[in-house]
Amino acid sequence: MAMQLENIIEKYNKDKTRLMDILIDVQSEEGYISEDAIKKIAGELDISLADVKQTMSFYHFFSDKPTGKYTVYLNDSVVAYMMGRQKVKEAFEKETGIKFGEVTPDGLIGLFDTSCIGMNDQEPAALINGKVFTDLTPFRVKEIIQDIRDGKNIEEMYRSDLGEGENRNELVRSVVRNNIRRIGPVLSKDYIPGRVIKEKLTSMTPEEVIHEIKKSNIRGRGGAGFPTGLKWEFCRKAKGEKKYIFCNADEGEPGTFKDRVILTERPKLLFEGMVIAGYAVGATEGIVYIRYEYMYLKKYLESILQGARDRNLLGKNIGGIEGFNFDIRLQFGAGAYVCGEESALIESAEGKRGEPRDRPPFPVEKGYLDQPTVVNNVETLCSAVKILLNGGEWYTTLGTANSTGTKVLSISGDCRYPGVYEVEWGFSVKDILEMTGADQEDVQAVQVGGPSGTLIGPKEFNRLLCYHDLATGGSLIIIGKQHNLLKDIVTNFTQFFINESCGSCSTCRNITFQMKEKLEKILDGKGIEKDIDDLVEWGKILKVSRCGLGQTSANPIVTSIRNFRHLYDELVAGDKDFESEFDLSEAVKASCDATGRIPVLN
Amino acid sequence: MSKPIVATTSLAGCFGCHMSLLDIDERILDLIELVEFNKSPIDDIKTFTKQCDIGLIEGGCCNSENIHVLKDFRKHCKILVSLGECAIMGGLPALRNGIAIKECLDEAYLNGPTVRDNDKQIVPNDDELPMLLDKVYPCHEIVKIDYYLPGCPPRADLIWNALVALVTGDEMKLPYEVIKFD
Ligand SMILES: Cc1cc2nc3c(=O)[nH]c(=O)nc-3n(C[C@H](O)[C@H](O)[C@H](O)COP(=O)(O)O)c2cc1C
Ligand code: SF4
Ligand code: SF4
Repeated sequence: MAMQLENIIEKYNKDKTRLMDILIDVQSEEGYISEDAIKKIAGELDISLADVKQTMSFYHFFSDKPTGKYTVYLNDSVVAYMMGRQKVKEAFEKETGIKFGEVTPDGLIGLFDTSCIGMNDQEPAALINGKVFTDLTPFRVKEIIQDIRDGKNIEEMYRSDLGEGENRNELVRSVVRNNIRRIGPVLSKDYIPGRVIKEKLTSMTPEEVIHEIKKSNIRGRGGAGFPTGLKWEFCRKAKGEKKYIFCNADEGEPGTFKDRVILTERPKLLFEGMVIAGYAVGATEGIVYIRYEYMYLKKYLESILQGARDRNLLGKNIGGIEGFNFDIRLQFGAGAYVCGEESALIESAEGKRGEPRDRPPFPVEKGYLDQPTVVNNVETLCSAVKILLNGGEWYTTLGTANSTGTKVLSISGDCRYPGVYEVEWGFSVKDILEMTGADQEDVQAVQVGGPSGTLIGPKEFNRLLCYHDLATGGSLIIIGKQHNLLKDIVTNFTQFFINESCGSCSTCRNITFQMKEKLEKILDGKGIEKDIDDLVEWGKILKVSRCGLGQTSANPIVTSIRNFRHLYDELVAGDKDFESEFDLSEAVKASCDATGRIPVLN
Repeated sequence: MSKPIVATTSLAGCFGCHMSLLDIDERILDLIELVEFNKSPIDDIKTFTKQCDIGLIEGGCCNSENIHVLKDFRKHCKILVSLGECAIMGGLPALRNGIAIKECLDEAYLNGPTVRDNDKQIVPNDDELPMLLDKVYPCHEIVKIDYYLPGCPPRADLIWNALVALVTGDEMKLPYEVIKFD
């Protein structure tokens, strides 16, 4: 163990900015990170124990206690519940004899909940020792637990074929399915790796590249929608010793899984996009920040990077362009949605807690290691390759006037064909429902843009997906009438934000929690009209939070009040101006038990 | 016209908020001109003798007696004001909210470093004692609260301005100084 730890620390050159990688390796080797390991790491990296612990305690997948030889992380997203998670969870508990959050006494199996793992189109799904298990049923759970007890290795536990495409790659070997249902420039197969670097980049100046991107009018696909050309230009103009290109592959918004599919099927396109961005802004290093949940793609992606180096598409004098040096490395996260926020992502990549920074300064001026940094979504970078190939002009012929190009959507929930669809901007929600084979009579709502987006009802199904109407990072969850919108959906989303808040802002840390309590009060039949008004008002206060997480954490409640007010009105007592949930007999129970008193309640 | 009637109480508070009320200095004379006091530690009237207009509540609710008093205030006062951090949020006493009640009692009466002469290992359990609640509750979770005056304690001027506004019906004066906390 001591030896191994030493090797791990050596592997990262005792570099404290690589603390994440070190902790990930220790966690995966040992199954947990011991007090001794923490001391050793702190000593070797010459940082304090607190430095190590604060990073460690921030991330969901790091643990200071053993998590079992087989560690099960069962997704608890809305769609998992829609697809039968409750029964699967019960099956796990029954078969193992422990509750979620516990490890079996023999240390063999640990059961844990986890936020959306990016498999919404094949739920219920779980990570077991980093490998994905999809389409779980109580029956499958029984088999899995039996297999574990029989000492099988993970792959022997798959009982289905491997997924399509590169999921079958020797280095991936995963049962995950791509479910690509509709292709466009990003997902299309007719892509020749390296062609744009060799045929276009070699004859363009960086300024011309930026000009072409600007001409295409493409905006960031990660959610915020910032014009990509402008971002590159800012970074190009910023002063710094070294510049960085980050690809944001954190993909934590529940219901989003398109980046996973792109990473699986078009990683070369993505890496080429990063090279182009690097050329345009004058960067020499690229970092792909990938969520921990996609660790099963690590070896595969690394082999592709090596292939690119071998073919001079990465490294020195790329594509024969004298003096253009650029390389890419992978940086894995360890389970924190907020790390998708660009400045938190940078903090995390520096080995720290993933807490968003105050902005300005923006990453384009002061990003990774305080140097100018571009952070772009996977899809944005992929699209850039096609823009250079076919021209910015061409790109504007796709989509709408203000929202050019295509969007890769992750569609899940109650429809016949969940999966990944690349469509031009300007599709209506109704189009989407038809395209995915949803029974329109049976759909009561669609969650557009994940929990941080908007919950809309049938009256709004003719709204369009574009930056001027329904902007979206690409997650659409179709919700059938059989679900209780407030109990099953809105509560779960709100809890998600509570779980994922980094805790820096008192607004985000407290108000979201208070709002959930109030929502539950209403659901318990104890609500009054004013509770609904309070929820709307409190939602406004959240807008002062530092990052998008807190700023949007009221959205599930507020947009459901806006579009489904009747569901709330039905639950509140009309004429009361106050109703308390307080129950004196409940509240004194614990102290009376402790002191052996009989409660006197009048 | 008869004077508006004010009642005050300290629940799970430290009396600091009441001290702050007294901190209005010589304006206390104006106050007596302006209002009449009923149940309050200030005049030592122990039970309500009539319906009141304004009830000032210091402290949150940590035991069953607090609950009874607070509900009694709600019954007897037209307007209830949560006065200070403890009434509004639970305040310092609410620090125990994350700890199981049994653990608190054991620490206080059995295991704590300052425990002396408790050979019989008794945790007070006389029926005359109020029963502790599982956690400390802010007042607005028990009854409807109409107004909140923040601060620990709220500044004398803030309390004064609020009372004057309530009594006169004029808009409340809220200069920066009275709600500045550092
Ligand atoms: C809480 C939070 C989570 C985010 N998660 C992601 C994510 O998983 N992927 C992503 O590309 N952008 C995410 N973003 C947006 C990024 O901050 C950033 O805007 C984006 O990566 C920029 O790339 P783009 O311009 O190509 O869209 C998130 C933002 C917030 C506030
Ligand atoms: S808004 Fe929430 S997640 Fe964002 S910085 Fe503040 S506390 Fe952290
Ligand atoms: S708010 Fe402050 S001054 Fe008032 S009772 Fe609480 S601790 Fe005492």
